[in-house]
Amino acid sequence: MIGEIETLSKSSGGDGRAEEGGDEQFARQDGALKTFKELNKKPTHHRFGLGRTEGIVLISWGFMEGVKLLGTWPSPFSYRVIWALKLKGVKFEYVEEDLGNKSDELLRCNPVHKKIPVLIHGGRPVAESTVILEYIEESWPQNPLLPQDPYDKSVARFWIRFIEDKTPVFFRFCHSTGEQQEEAIREAKKVLKTIEEHALREEDKFFAGDKIGLQDLVFGWLAWLLQALEEVVGVKLLEASEYPRLHRWVQNFRAHDVIRSDLPEHNAMLAYFKRIRETFISSSTSAV
Amino acid sequence: MDGVKLHAFWASPFSARVIWALKIKGIPFEHIEEDLPNKSALLLQYNPVHKKIPVLVHGPRPVCESMVIVEYLEETWPQHPLLPTDPHKRAVARFWVKFIEDKSPNVWMVYRTVGEEQEKARRDSSEMLSILEEHGPNKGKKFFGGDSINIVDIAFGGVALWMGAMEEVSGCKMFDAAKLPRLNAWIANFKSSPVIAENLPDRGKLCDHLARLREKRLSSSTSK
Repeated sequence: MIGEIETLSKSSGGDGRAEEGGDEQFARQDGALKTFKELNKKPTHHRFGLGRTEGIVLISWGFMEGVKLLGTWPSPFSYRVIWALKLKGVKFEYVEEDLGNKSDELLRCNPVHKKIPVLIHGGRPVAESTVILEYIEESWPQNPLLPQDPYDKSVARFWIRFIEDKTPVFFRFCHSTGEQQEEAIREAKKVLKTIEEHALREEDKFFAGDKIGLQDLVFGWLAWLLQALEEVVGVKLLEASEYPRLHRWVQNFRAHDVIRSDLPEHNAMLAYFKRIRETFISSSTSAV
Repeated sequence: MDGVKLHAFWASPFSARVIWALKIKGIPFEHIEEDLPNKSALLLQYNPVHKKIPVLVHGPRPVCESMVIVEYLEETWPQHPLLPTDPHKRAVARFWVKFIEDKSPNVWMVYRTVGEEQEKARRDSSEMLSILEEHGPNKGKKFFGGDSINIVDIAFGGVALWMGAMEEVSGCKMFDAAKLPRLNAWIANFKSSPVIAENLPDRGKLCDHLARLREKRLSSSTSK
Protein backbone atom coordinates (compact mmCIF):
# COMPACT_ATOMS: atom_id res chain seq x y z
CA MET A 1 0.00 0.00 0.00
CA ILE A 2 1.23 3.49 0.46
CA GLY A 3 3.12 3.96 3.67
CA GLU A 4 1.29 5.66 6.49
CA ILE A 5 -2.13 5.04 4.99
CA GLU A 6 -1.75 1.44 6.16
CA THR A 7 -1.52 2.58 9.76
CA LEU A 8 -4.42 5.00 9.47
CA SER A 9 -6.68 2.33 7.93
CA LYS A 10 -5.92 -0.08 10.78
CA SER A 11 -6.49 2.44 13.55
CA SER A 12 -9.79 3.45 12.05
CA GLY A 13 -11.17 0.10 13.04
CA GLY A 14 -10.48 -2.98 11.09
CA ASP A 15 -10.97 -2.49 7.42
CA GLY A 16 -7.28 -1.91 6.83
CA ARG A 17 -6.24 -4.95 4.93
CA ALA A 18 -3.41 -3.21 3.17
CA GLU A 19 -1.78 -4.54 0.10
CA GLU A 20 1.95 -4.10 -0.09
CA GLY A 21 4.08 -3.99 -3.18
CA GLY A 22 3.15 -6.01 -6.21
CA ASP A 23 4.55 -6.18 -9.72
CA GLU A 24 2.34 -3.40 -11.00
CA GLN A 25 3.47 -0.86 -8.41
CA PHE A 26 4.67 2.23 -10.21
CA ALA A 27 7.74 4.36 -9.82
CA ARG A 28 9.51 7.08 -11.73
CA GLN A 29 12.99 6.83 -13.08
CA ASP A 30 14.43 9.75 -15.01
CA GLY A 31 10.93 11.13 -15.47
CA ALA A 32 9.50 8.00 -17.12
CA LEU A 33 6.77 5.95 -15.49
CA LYS A 34 7.85 2.36 -14.98
CA THR A 35 6.48 -0.58 -13.02
CA PHE A 36 8.53 -2.19 -10.32
CA LYS A 37 8.68 -5.28 -12.47
CA GLU A 38 10.56 -3.23 -15.05
CA LEU A 39 12.76 -1.80 -12.35
CA ASN A 40 13.40 -5.29 -10.92
CA LYS A 41 11.95 -4.15 -7.59
CA LYS A 42 15.09 -2.25 -6.67
CA PRO A 43 14.94 1.05 -4.79
CA THR A 44 15.37 3.87 -7.28
CA HIS A 45 17.57 6.83 -6.56
CA HIS A 46 16.74 10.28 -7.81
CA ARG A 47 18.80 13.36 -7.26
CA PHE A 48 16.32 16.17 -7.25
CA GLY A 49 17.55 19.46 -8.59
CA LEU A 50 21.05 18.25 -9.48
CA GLY A 51 22.91 17.06 -12.52
CA ARG A 52 24.52 13.64 -12.26
CA THR A 53 28.07 14.94 -11.60
CA GLU A 54 26.95 17.49 -9.02
CA GLY A 55 24.92 14.80 -7.30
CA ILE A 56 27.86 12.46 -6.90
CA VAL A 57 30.11 15.27 -5.64
CA LEU A 58 27.47 16.36 -3.12
CA ILE A 59 27.03 12.87 -1.78
CA SER A 60 30.75 12.23 -1.49
CA TRP A 61 31.72 15.33 0.51
CA GLY A 62 28.34 16.32 1.84
CA PHE A 63 27.60 13.19 3.85
CA MET A 64 27.33 14.94 7.19
CA GLU A 65 24.85 17.48 5.89
CA GLY A 66 23.33 15.29 3.14
CA VAL A 67 19.57 15.04 2.95
CA LYS A 68 17.92 11.83 1.89
CA LEU A 69 14.20 11.07 1.64
CA LEU A 70 12.85 7.52 1.68
CA GLY A 71 9.44 7.66 0.04
CA THR A 72 7.05 5.91 -2.26
CA TRP A 73 4.83 6.82 -5.18
CA PRO A 74 1.99 7.97 -4.98
CA SER A 75 1.95 8.40 -1.21
CA PRO A 76 0.58 11.82 -0.18
CA PHE A 77 2.74 11.53 2.96
CA SER A 78 5.82 11.29 0.72
CA TYR A 79 4.75 14.07 -1.62
CA ARG A 80 4.14 16.64 1.09
CA VAL A 81 7.75 16.23 2.20
CA ILE A 82 9.09 16.45 -1.37
CA TRP A 83 7.21 19.72 -1.87
CA ALA A 84 8.42 21.18 1.44
CA LEU A 85 12.04 20.45 0.52
CA LYS A 86 11.58 21.94 -2.93
CA LEU A 87 9.84 25.04 -1.57
CA LYS A 88 12.83 25.56 0.70
CA GLY A 89 15.31 24.93 -2.12
CA VAL A 90 16.89 22.02 -0.24
CA LYS A 91 18.83 19.60 -2.40
CA PHE A 92 18.08 16.02 -1.53
CA GLU A 93 18.46 12.45 -2.66
CA TYR A 94 15.19 10.58 -3.13
CA VAL A 95 14.94 6.84 -2.66
CA GLU A 96 11.79 5.08 -3.90
CA GLU A 97 11.03 2.29 -1.44
CA ASP A 98 9.48 -0.98 -2.55
CA LEU A 99 6.92 -1.53 0.23
CA GLY A 100 6.80 -5.23 -0.54
CA ASN A 101 10.55 -5.43 0.11
CA LYS A 102 11.46 -2.65 2.54
CA SER A 103 15.12 -1.65 2.62
CA ASP A 104 17.28 -2.30 5.68
CA GLU A 105 17.80 1.44 5.86
CA LEU A 106 14.06 2.08 6.19
CA LEU A 107 13.63 -0.60 8.86
CA ARG A 108 16.62 0.75 10.79
CA CYS A 109 15.53 4.38 10.51
CA ASN A 110 11.88 3.80 11.45
CA PRO A 111 11.83 0.72 13.68
CA VAL A 112 8.56 1.74 15.36
CA HIS A 113 6.34 2.01 12.28
CA LYS A 114 8.59 0.70 9.46
CA LYS A 115 6.89 3.20 7.15
CA ILE A 116 7.77 5.92 4.71
CA PRO A 117 8.40 8.79 4.56
CA VAL A 118 11.65 9.01 6.48
CA LEU A 119 13.95 12.00 6.14
CA ILE A 120 17.61 11.35 6.88
CA HIS A 121 19.64 14.51 7.51
CA GLY A 122 23.33 14.23 8.24
CA GLY A 123 22.75 10.56 9.05
CA ARG A 124 19.94 11.27 11.57
CA PRO A 125 16.46 9.97 10.69
CA VAL A 126 13.14 11.76 11.20
CA ALA A 127 9.89 9.81 10.75
CA GLU A 128 6.19 10.81 10.46
CA SER A 129 5.41 13.26 7.68
CA THR A 130 3.97 16.07 9.84
CA VAL A 131 6.95 15.79 12.21
CA ILE A 132 9.30 15.89 9.19
CA LEU A 133 7.55 19.04 7.93
CA GLU A 134 8.10 20.84 11.27
CA TYR A 135 11.72 19.65 11.24
CA ILE A 136 12.26 21.02 7.73
CA GLU A 137 10.70 24.34 8.78
CA GLU A 138 13.05 24.62 11.77
CA SER A 139 16.20 23.40 10.02
CA TRP A 140 15.88 25.63 6.93
CA PRO A 141 14.34 28.97 7.94
CA GLN A 142 14.31 30.44 4.40
CA ASN A 143 10.90 30.78 2.77
CA PRO A 144 8.90 30.15 5.97
CA LEU A 145 6.06 27.65 5.64
CA LEU A 146 4.50 28.36 9.02
CA PRO A 147 3.24 31.75 10.22
CA GLN A 148 5.58 33.61 12.59
CA ASP A 149 2.87 34.45 15.13
CA PRO A 150 2.41 31.64 17.70
CA TYR A 151 -1.37 31.95 17.55
CA ASP A 152 -1.50 31.67 13.75
CA LYS A 153 0.90 28.73 14.03
CA SER A 154 -1.49 27.06 16.49
CA VAL A 155 -4.35 27.47 14.01
CA ALA A 156 -2.28 25.75 11.30
CA ARG A 157 -1.39 22.92 13.70
CA PHE A 158 -5.03 22.54 14.76
CA TRP A 159 -6.09 22.03 11.13
CA ILE A 160 -3.15 19.75 10.37
CA ARG A 161 -4.27 17.57 13.27
CA PHE A 162 -7.88 17.74 12.04
CA ILE A 163 -7.20 16.51 8.52
CA GLU A 164 -4.77 13.82 9.69
CA ASP A 165 -7.49 12.44 12.00
CA LYS A 166 -10.08 12.51 9.20
CA THR A 167 -8.01 11.01 6.38
CA PRO A 168 -9.11 7.38 7.10
CA VAL A 169 -12.70 8.37 6.22
CA PHE A 170 -11.67 9.06 2.63
CA PHE A 171 -9.79 5.79 2.30
CA ARG A 172 -12.84 3.97 3.66
CA PHE A 173 -14.76 5.72 0.86
CA CYS A 174 -12.39 4.09 -1.63
CA HIS A 175 -12.15 0.66 -0.01
CA SER A 176 -15.79 -0.08 0.79
CA THR A 177 -19.16 -0.70 -0.79
CA GLY A 178 -22.81 -0.64 0.25
CA GLU A 179 -23.82 0.74 3.62
CA GLN A 180 -20.22 1.15 4.79
CA GLN A 181 -19.46 3.29 1.78
CA GLU A 182 -22.66 5.32 2.20
CA GLU A 183 -21.58 6.11 5.74
CA ALA A 184 -18.07 7.03 4.55
CA ILE A 185 -19.58 9.36 1.94
CA ARG A 186 -21.69 11.11 4.60
CA GLU A 187 -18.71 11.50 6.93
CA ALA A 188 -16.42 12.70 4.12
CA LYS A 189 -18.90 15.38 3.11
CA LYS A 190 -19.15 16.55 6.73
CA VAL A 191 -15.35 16.91 6.78
CA LEU A 192 -15.38 18.93 3.56
CA LYS A 193 -18.17 21.15 4.95
CA THR A 194 -16.18 21.80 8.14
CA ILE A 195 -13.13 22.84 6.11
CA GLU A 196 -15.27 25.02 3.83
CA GLU A 197 -16.97 26.81 6.72
CA HIS A 198 -14.20 27.09 9.29
CA ALA A 199 -10.77 26.69 7.72
CA LEU A 200 -10.88 28.87 4.63
CA ARG A 201 -11.44 32.59 4.30
CA GLU A 202 -12.95 34.18 1.21
CA GLU A 203 -10.01 36.49 0.68
CA ASP A 204 -7.19 33.90 1.03
CA LYS A 205 -5.45 32.12 -1.81
CA PHE A 206 -4.06 29.45 0.53
CA PHE A 207 -4.95 28.49 4.11
CA ALA A 208 -2.74 31.08 5.80
CA GLY A 209 -2.99 33.83 3.20
CA ASP A 210 -1.21 34.53 -0.06
CA LYS A 211 1.68 32.12 0.44
CA ILE A 212 1.60 28.34 0.40
CA GLY A 213 2.45 26.73 3.75
CA LEU A 214 2.61 23.50 5.72
CA GLN A 215 -1.16 23.38 6.17
CA ASP A 216 -1.62 23.46 2.38
CA LEU A 217 0.94 20.69 1.95
CA VAL A 218 -0.80 18.46 4.52
CA PHE A 219 -4.23 19.15 3.00
CA GLY A 220 -2.67 18.80 -0.46
CA TRP A 221 -4.02 15.31 -1.23
CA LEU A 222 -7.53 16.83 -1.39
CA ALA A 223 -6.31 18.61 -4.54
CA TRP A 224 -4.88 15.63 -6.43
CA LEU A 225 -5.48 12.27 -4.77
CA LEU A 226 -9.15 12.76 -3.88
CA GLN A 227 -10.02 13.29 -7.54
CA ALA A 228 -8.52 9.91 -8.45
CA LEU A 229 -10.50 8.22 -5.64
CA GLU A 230 -13.70 9.94 -6.80
CA GLU A 231 -13.18 8.71 -10.34
CA VAL A 232 -12.36 5.14 -9.27
CA VAL A 233 -15.40 4.95 -6.98
CA GLY A 234 -17.65 6.86 -9.41
CA VAL A 235 -18.88 9.28 -6.75
CA LYS A 236 -18.01 12.99 -6.67
CA LEU A 237 -17.48 14.38 -3.18
CA LEU A 238 -15.90 17.79 -3.75
CA GLU A 239 -18.53 19.57 -5.85
CA ALA A 240 -17.53 23.14 -6.76
CA SER A 241 -21.07 24.39 -6.15
CA GLU A 242 -21.20 22.89 -2.63
CA TYR A 243 -17.68 23.84 -1.57
CA PRO A 244 -16.68 26.96 -3.56
CA ARG A 245 -13.83 28.04 -1.25
CA LEU A 246 -12.34 24.56 -1.14
CA HIS A 247 -12.71 24.23 -4.90
CA ARG A 248 -10.86 27.51 -5.39
CA TRP A 249 -8.14 26.39 -2.98
CA VAL A 250 -7.74 23.16 -5.03
CA GLN A 251 -7.18 25.22 -8.20
CA ASN A 252 -4.68 27.51 -6.45
CA PHE A 253 -2.78 24.58 -4.97
CA ARG A 254 -2.53 22.71 -8.27
CA ALA A 255 -1.43 25.88 -10.08
CA HIS A 256 1.49 26.56 -7.74
CA ASP A 257 4.79 26.21 -9.62
CA VAL A 258 6.44 23.81 -7.19
CA ILE A 259 3.35 21.62 -6.81
CA ARG A 260 2.47 21.29 -10.47
CA SER A 261 6.06 20.47 -11.44
CA ASP A 262 5.77 17.34 -9.28
CA LEU A 263 2.27 15.87 -9.22
CA PRO A 264 1.60 12.13 -9.61
CA GLU A 265 0.23 11.37 -13.05
CA HIS A 266 -3.56 11.04 -12.97
CA ASN A 267 -4.04 7.92 -15.13
CA ALA A 268 -1.32 6.04 -13.28
CA MET A 269 -3.09 6.89 -10.03
CA LEU A 270 -6.43 5.70 -11.41
CA ALA A 271 -4.91 2.32 -12.26
CA TYR A 272 -3.24 2.12 -8.85
CA PHE A 273 -6.32 2.97 -6.76
CA LYS A 274 -8.63 0.89 -8.94
CA ARG A 275 -6.46 -2.12 -8.17
CA ILE A 276 -6.39 -1.33 -4.45
CA ARG A 277 -10.16 -0.90 -4.31
CA GLU A 278 -10.67 -4.22 -6.09
CA THR A 279 -8.28 -5.96 -3.71
CA PHE A 280 -10.11 -4.63 -0.63
CA ILE A 281 -13.54 -5.45 -2.00
CA SER A 282 -12.68 -8.97 -3.11
CA SER A 283 -10.93 -9.79 0.19
CA SER A 284 -13.93 -8.52 2.17
CA THR A 285 -16.47 -10.47 0.11
CA SER A 286 -14.40 -13.65 0.26
CA ALA A 287 -14.22 -13.35 4.05
CA VAL A 288 -18.04 -13.49 4.33
CA MET B 1 0.33 40.66 28.67
CA ASP B 2 -3.22 39.49 27.95
CA GLY B 3 -4.93 37.26 30.52
CA VAL B 4 -5.14 33.51 30.11
CA LYS B 5 -8.28 31.45 30.67
CA LEU B 6 -8.66 27.71 30.43
CA HIS B 7 -12.00 26.02 29.78
CA ALA B 8 -11.50 22.66 31.43
CA PHE B 9 -13.15 19.64 33.04
CA TRP B 10 -11.85 18.13 36.28
CA ALA B 11 -11.95 14.50 35.06
CA SER B 12 -10.40 15.13 31.65
CA PRO B 13 -6.82 13.99 30.98
CA PHE B 14 -6.68 16.48 28.08
CA SER B 15 -7.44 19.38 30.45
CA ALA B 16 -4.85 18.02 32.87
CA ARG B 17 -2.10 18.12 30.24
CA VAL B 18 -2.67 21.84 29.70
CA ILE B 19 -2.87 22.56 33.44
CA TRP B 20 0.46 20.76 33.98
CA ALA B 21 2.11 22.82 31.21
CA LEU B 22 0.70 26.09 32.60
CA LYS B 23 1.86 25.25 36.14
CA ILE B 24 5.33 24.07 35.06
CA LYS B 25 5.83 27.33 33.19
CA GLY B 26 4.38 29.38 36.05
CA ILE B 27 1.73 31.00 33.83
CA PRO B 28 -1.14 32.50 35.82
CA PHE B 29 -4.54 31.54 34.45
CA GLU B 30 -8.23 31.54 35.25
CA HIS B 31 -9.72 28.04 35.43
CA ILE B 32 -13.23 27.88 33.99
CA GLU B 33 -14.84 24.56 34.88
CA GLU B 34 -17.23 23.38 32.16
CA ASP B 35 -20.26 21.22 32.91
CA LEU B 36 -19.93 18.88 29.96
CA PRO B 37 -23.56 17.87 29.52
CA ASN B 38 -24.31 21.64 29.48
CA LYS B 39 -21.46 23.22 27.57
CA SER B 40 -21.22 26.99 27.83
CA ALA B 41 -22.10 29.16 24.85
CA LEU B 42 -18.56 30.54 25.02
CA LEU B 43 -17.04 27.07 24.66
CA LEU B 44 -19.18 26.33 21.60
CA GLN B 45 -18.15 29.68 20.13
CA TYR B 46 -14.45 29.10 20.84
CA ASN B 47 -14.38 25.51 19.52
CA PRO B 48 -17.09 25.25 16.88
CA VAL B 49 -15.34 22.36 15.08
CA HIS B 50 -15.12 19.88 17.98
CA LYS B 51 -17.14 21.59 20.76
CA LYS B 52 -14.71 20.12 23.31
CA ILE B 53 -12.48 21.11 26.17
CA PRO B 54 -9.74 22.04 26.77
CA VAL B 55 -9.77 25.46 25.15
CA LEU B 56 -7.13 28.00 26.15
CA VAL B 57 -8.16 31.61 25.62
CA HIS B 58 -5.27 34.08 25.52
CA GLY B 59 -6.68 37.58 25.39
CA PRO B 60 -9.50 37.25 22.89
CA ARG B 61 -8.07 34.29 20.95
CA PRO B 62 -8.92 30.61 21.55
CA VAL B 63 -6.52 27.71 21.05
CA CYS B 64 -7.95 24.16 20.85
CA GLU B 65 -6.56 20.59 21.08
CA SER B 66 -4.47 19.82 24.17
CA MET B 67 -1.10 19.20 22.48
CA VAL B 68 -1.58 22.16 20.08
CA ILE B 69 -2.18 24.28 23.20
CA VAL B 70 1.00 22.92 24.84
CA GLU B 71 3.05 23.86 21.73
CA TYR B 72 1.43 27.33 21.82
CA LEU B 73 2.37 27.76 25.48
CA GLU B 74 5.92 26.64 24.66
CA GLU B 75 6.30 29.31 21.98
CA THR B 76 4.62 32.13 23.86
CA TRP B 77 6.23 31.51 27.28
CA PRO B 78 9.73 30.09 26.67
CA GLN B 79 10.66 29.71 30.38
CA HIS B 80 10.88 26.14 31.71
CA PRO B 81 11.07 24.73 28.17
CA LEU B 82 9.07 21.63 27.31
CA LEU B 83 10.94 21.00 24.06
CA PRO B 84 14.71 20.80 23.45
CA THR B 85 16.40 23.42 21.24
CA ASP B 86 18.06 21.04 18.76
CA PRO B 87 15.74 20.48 15.75
CA HIS B 88 16.41 16.74 15.58
CA LYS B 89 15.73 16.25 19.29
CA ARG B 90 12.55 18.29 18.87
CA ALA B 91 11.54 16.00 15.99
CA VAL B 92 12.11 12.92 18.18
CA ALA B 93 9.92 14.45 20.91
CA ARG B 94 7.17 15.34 18.41
CA PHE B 95 7.36 11.84 16.92
CA TRP B 96 6.53 10.36 20.34
CA VAL B 97 3.79 12.89 21.02
CA LYS B 98 2.20 11.90 17.70
CA PHE B 99 2.62 8.21 18.51
CA ILE B 100 0.87 8.68 21.84
CA GLU B 101 -1.92 10.76 20.28
CA ASP B 102 -2.50 8.21 17.48
CA LYS B 103 -2.47 5.11 19.70
CA SER B 104 -4.07 6.29 22.93
CA PRO B 105 -7.68 6.27 21.63
CA ASN B 106 -7.40 2.49 22.12
CA VAL B 107 -7.19 3.11 25.87
CA TRP B 108 -10.45 5.08 25.82
CA MET B 109 -11.99 2.32 23.68
CA VAL B 110 -11.20 -0.30 26.37
CA TYR B 111 -13.21 1.84 28.77
CA ARG B 112 -16.05 2.49 26.32
CA THR B 113 -16.67 -1.00 24.96
CA VAL B 114 -17.19 -4.66 25.83
CA GLY B 115 -16.60 -8.03 24.23
CA GLU B 116 -14.56 -8.41 21.07
CA GLU B 117 -14.27 -4.68 20.44
CA GLN B 118 -12.84 -4.19 23.93
CA GLU B 119 -10.43 -7.11 23.56
CA LYS B 120 -9.03 -5.66 20.32
CA ALA B 121 -8.64 -2.24 21.98
CA ARG B 122 -6.89 -3.91 24.92
CA ARG B 123 -4.41 -5.66 22.60
CA ASP B 124 -3.73 -2.41 20.72
CA SER B 125 -3.23 -0.52 24.01
CA SER B 126 -0.77 -3.17 25.22
CA GLU B 127 1.08 -2.95 21.93
CA MET B 128 1.39 0.83 22.34
CA LEU B 129 2.87 0.31 25.83
CA SER B 130 5.32 -2.37 24.63
CA ILE B 131 6.59 -0.12 21.87
CA LEU B 132 7.06 2.78 24.30
CA GLU B 133 8.84 0.47 26.72
CA GLU B 134 11.21 -0.80 24.04
CA HIS B 135 11.80 2.32 21.92
CA GLY B 136 10.78 5.26 24.09
CA PRO B 137 13.36 8.03 24.55
CA ASN B 138 13.50 7.69 28.35
CA LYS B 139 16.08 4.92 28.65
CA GLY B 140 18.13 5.45 31.80
CA LYS B 141 16.36 8.74 32.49
CA LYS B 142 13.86 9.90 35.04
CA PHE B 143 11.50 11.39 32.48
CA PHE B 144 11.12 11.38 28.67
CA GLY B 145 12.58 14.88 28.95
CA GLY B 146 15.61 13.71 30.94
CA ASP B 147 15.84 15.27 34.42
CA SER B 148 12.78 17.43 33.88
CA ILE B 149 9.32 16.91 32.47
CA ASN B 150 8.91 17.67 28.75
CA ILE B 151 6.15 17.59 26.15
CA VAL B 152 6.32 13.78 25.78
CA ASP B 153 5.88 13.30 29.53
CA ILE B 154 2.87 15.61 29.45
CA ALA B 155 1.33 13.78 26.49
CA PHE B 156 1.86 10.33 27.99
CA GLY B 157 0.91 11.43 31.49
CA GLY B 158 -2.56 12.23 30.23
CA VAL B 159 -2.88 8.59 29.17
CA ALA B 160 -0.90 6.63 31.76
CA LEU B 161 -2.40 8.29 34.80
CA TRP B 162 -5.95 7.61 33.64
CA MET B 163 -5.25 4.03 32.60
CA GLY B 164 -5.51 2.63 36.13
CA ALA B 165 -8.98 4.13 36.64
CA MET B 166 -10.10 2.85 33.23
CA GLU B 167 -8.82 -0.65 34.07
CA GLU B 168 -10.66 -0.61 37.38
CA VAL B 169 -13.94 0.57 35.89
CA SER B 170 -13.88 -1.66 32.81
CA GLY B 171 -12.37 -4.72 34.51
CA CYS B 172 -9.89 -4.98 31.67
CA LYS B 173 -6.15 -4.95 32.34
CA MET B 174 -3.87 -3.10 29.93
CA PHE B 175 -0.72 -2.31 31.94
CA ASP B 176 1.38 -5.31 32.98
CA ALA B 177 3.98 -3.80 35.34
CA ALA B 178 6.17 -6.90 35.22
CA LYS B 179 6.55 -6.56 31.44
CA LEU B 180 6.93 -2.76 31.52
CA PRO B 181 9.57 -1.98 34.18
CA ARG B 182 10.78 1.28 32.58
CA LEU B 183 7.29 2.66 32.09
CA ASN B 184 6.37 1.54 35.60
CA ALA B 185 9.32 3.50 37.00
CA TRP B 186 8.37 6.46 34.82
CA ILE B 187 4.82 6.46 36.25
CA ALA B 188 6.18 6.55 39.79
CA ASN B 189 8.55 9.44 38.93
CA PHE B 190 5.89 11.41 37.08
CA LYS B 191 3.18 10.98 39.74
CA SER B 192 5.52 12.06 42.50
CA SER B 193 6.56 15.27 40.74
CA PRO B 194 4.92 18.07 42.80
CA VAL B 195 3.22 19.87 39.89
CA ILE B 196 1.65 16.62 38.75
CA ALA B 197 0.73 15.27 42.19
CA GLU B 198 -1.05 18.53 43.05
CA ASN B 199 -3.00 18.54 39.80
CA LEU B 200 -4.56 15.11 39.54
CA PRO B 201 -8.22 14.28 40.11
CA ASP B 202 -9.03 12.22 43.21
CA ARG B 203 -8.83 8.56 42.15
CA GLY B 204 -12.04 7.48 43.96
CA LYS B 205 -14.04 10.40 42.55
CA LEU B 206 -12.64 9.72 39.06
CA CYS B 207 -13.56 6.03 39.18
CA ASP B 208 -17.11 6.83 40.34
CA HIS B 209 -17.52 9.37 37.55
CA LEU B 210 -16.12 7.00 34.88
CA ALA B 211 -18.22 4.08 36.16
CA ARG B 212 -21.42 6.15 35.92
CA LEU B 213 -20.55 7.35 32.43
CA ARG B 214 -19.66 3.85 31.25
CA GLU B 215 -22.90 2.39 32.55
CA LYS B 216 -24.92 5.13 30.88
CA ARG B 217 -23.07 4.65 27.57
CA LEU B 218 -23.35 0.87 27.53
CA SER B 219 -27.03 0.79 28.52
CA SER B 220 -27.96 3.37 25.88
CA SER B 221 -26.15 1.41 23.16
CA THR B 222 -27.84 -1.89 24.10
CA SER B 223 -31.27 -0.30 24.22
CA LYS B 224 -31.01 0.93 20.58
